[in-house]
Parts: sequence; C-alpha cells; structure tokens
Amino acid sequence: MPQKLEYLRETASQTAGPFVHIGLAPGAAGFDIYREELGHDIAGPNAQGERIRVEGQVIDGTGSPVKDVLLEVWQANAAGCYAHPEGGGPVEEGFRGWGRVITDFETGEWGFDTVKPGAAMGRGGRMMAPHLNFWIVARGINIGLNTRMYFSDEDAANAADPTINLIEWERRRATLIAARAERDGAPVYRFDIRLQGDDETVFFDI
Amino acid sequence: MKPAEYYQRDRTLQPPALVPDYKTSVARSPRYSLISLENSISEITGPVFGHNDIDPVDNDLLRNYATAGDPVGERIIVHGRVLDENTRPVPDTLVEIWQANASGRYRHRKDQYLGALDPNFGGCGRTLTDANGYYVFRTVKPGAYPWRNWVNNWRPAHIHFSVFGSGFAQRLITQLYFEGDPLIPHCPIVKTIPDPDAIEQLIAKLDLNATVPLDSIAYKFDIVLRGRRSTLFENRLEGN
Ligand SMILES: [Fe+3]
Repeated sequence: MPQKLEYLRETASQTAGPFVHIGLAPGAAGFDIYREELGHDIAGPNAQGERIRVEGQVIDGTGSPVKDVLLEVWQANAAGCYAHPEGGGPVEEGFRGWGRVITDFETGEWGFDTVKPGAAMGRGGRMMAPHLNFWIVARGINIGLNTRMYFSDEDAANAADPTINLIEWERRRATLIAARAERDGAPVYRFDIRLQGDDETVFFDI
Repeated sequence: MKPAEYYQRDRTLQPPALVPDYKTSVARSPRYSLISLENSISEITGPVFGHNDIDPVDNDLLRNYATAGDPVGERIIVHGRVLDENTRPVPDTLVEIWQANASGRYRHRKDQYLGALDPNFGGCGRTLTDANGYYVFRTVKPGAYPWRNWVNNWRPAHIHFSVFGSGFAQRLITQLYFEGDPLIPHCPIVKTIPDPDAIEQLIAKLDLNATVPLDSIAYKFDIVLRGRRSTLFENRLEGN
C-alpha cells in the first residue's frame, strides 16, 4: 500500500463583504441582538500600564478612506504577556488583549482605547518592540490582511525589533510606526493603513 | 513534544488580493508582496472565549431575534466540525455567522435590495465549538441576491462564517455555499479562489441523516484551520 500523508487543507478565505457588521458588530448594522458585542473592552479595568487611544483610517488605492472595514487588534499587556495559555505569563483579571472595531460609515475613522503593550519575547530570545497586531477585513479584501503597529516613542526598541528589521526597504518601515500626540492630556496614536500606493503599509504573511 | 509555529499558509489555495473580475478588490488590494514572517508569540496566541461571552440562544437564528413567530423560509440546520490541517478538532473556539434572510435581504442599514425584510429574522448567530470541535446553528436558508459588480451579478445563497482557532494566525473569514446551487460557478467572488478543490470545500453537503424529520433540512460544513508543527528536537520559537 502506498504511503499517504493525512493532512487536511485549510479552508479558503472569502471576503467579509459589505455587511460584515451584521455578524460581528450588529449594533452598527442597525439592530441589537446580543447581550454583549465582543471586542469593545480590550484591556479591562485592572490592566497595568499607560492608557492610550489608537485612531486611524484605512485608505484605498484612490486615496479614499475605506468606510466599511472591520479591524481586529491582538496585543500583549504592559508586561509583554498575551492572554493565552502560551502567552508568556499571567495577565490581569479582565485583560483579554483583543479588540474589534469598525470604521465610521461617513468618515472612515476608527479608534479604540487600550493600554500600551510592553515588549514581548520574540524568536530566538530576541525582544520584540511593543506592538499591536492587526487583522483587517472588508468588502474587496479577499483574505484578511495582517500588519503590526509600533509606537513612535519607542525608537530604541523599534531599531532593534526583529520584524521591523526584516523589512528590506527602510522607507517602508515607517508605515508601521504610529505617531504619538496628546489630546486633553492623554496619549493618542495615529495609525493610518494604506492599502496601495508609494506608502503602502507593510502587510505580513504570518 | 511541544507545538511550535503554524504551517505556512498555502497561498495557492487562497484567493489573491487582486482579482479584477471582483471589481472592489482592485483599489483595495496591496501591490507589494507580503513580508513573510516566521511566527512569534504574537501569532501563535489568540483570544480565548468562554461561555460567559455568549448566550445559548445565540446559535438559533430562528429564535434569537424573533418576537412574533418564526422567520419565513426553508428551515435548515448547519452543522459540522472545526478541524486543523492535522485533522485534529479545534475545541472551544468562537464561530460567528451572518446571512441574508430567505428573500436575499440583509438586516443592515446599507442594504438597499428590494427583497423584503423579515421582522422575525436578525441574520446573525454565534457559538463555541464543543470538545470535539463540533458546532451547530439553526436558521433559514438565505436567498440569492443581486450585487453591483457587473450589471447582472447574483450571489449564490451563502452564509458568512468567521472562525478564530487558538492562534491569531488561524483567523479566518469565509462563506458557506449550498450543494446544487447553479449560481456558484458564475460568482466572481467564488471565483477569486483559484483552486477548484478549495471551492468545493466551501460547498456544504446536504445531510439527510442530520435532518429533523417534518421540521428542518440539514447541511454539513466542516471548516479547516491551519495546523501547527510539533517540534521533536528543539523549540526554535522561543529559543534562548
Ligand atoms: Fe453576503
């Protein structure tokens, strides 16, 4: 009998379509159905570290904001640990580190509140600079796009980050770095994601 | 033996970003190559959900929105397993679905189709897989609907699926189609997938054994997420 490899093949992706909100953010679609929509509270009330806001737009190849996009964020806590059995250590009670946000239908602006993550242990014992992991879906996006957001006030850590340094084109590295500003005394990071163009955001095949 | 990174995603089974016949993809597709990134802790971990996050009725689309009787349409059960490429079940993972009603109309402020809204149908559901990776939803079969791509494009009946797995690298959104639907081979969104077998894997099979006689017909739909390596000799992931 010939040898046989018993693997399955990953299910193919399909676009989330224009009505993704019905399933993943029904309040935005215009109706309430669930006791609680998931992904609104990323850090929880007990999280240590600096409270921050992150905002941006997703911009298409014509330079227009994409107004029907859905983004998910996955992040470590301030100690660099993920809320997962293999996350590197314990996290605060109520810290999930996962968020789901949609853009405003009129402006394409999105934003969420969280805590700034700490550096996390990377492959081979190399520290990864603080970062947020993003996954982006929308009508016209056939398979979710993965990228990372780094912080403009972490120059030294960013310069040593193994993922940033993997990007051969130095000018493209800047697309992953969100600019810090203050609003009403609180830190706000701006992270615009460009799907195309000279400043196309770096996306990863993870 | 400790699990390490996920197998590289087989991009030959997956739709490319740019598919000109799906017009919206043209301005929304990255043009530079993706940067290949070996998994770190950021990719092998992902959100964990529990029964506190959802309610038992959330997987019953016949009941989770209705106030005055059942929704209109063909009553169906959609069930199956979430597995990984190693054929292992993915337990306790969040599965979310959304769909049009039997008229092909979505309950969404942006849906302008003239198909009628159904006052007893919301069109979304969610559940956690059990210890064997099994999930089940009860709903109505969605109608086909027209969409603006070419002048005369119709989506085959479909249910949108969102699945998590246990690592962020497994995150997947896809669509379920129904066995025998003549619209499937005509759909530019279906045809974004280059591999015929990968398309076939999205078509749920009529499952007469799982029907509820005199009540609901059933379709079986298994979902496969990426599998993980097992490191036999060393764990390069965490290194040190
Ligand atoms: Fe749809």
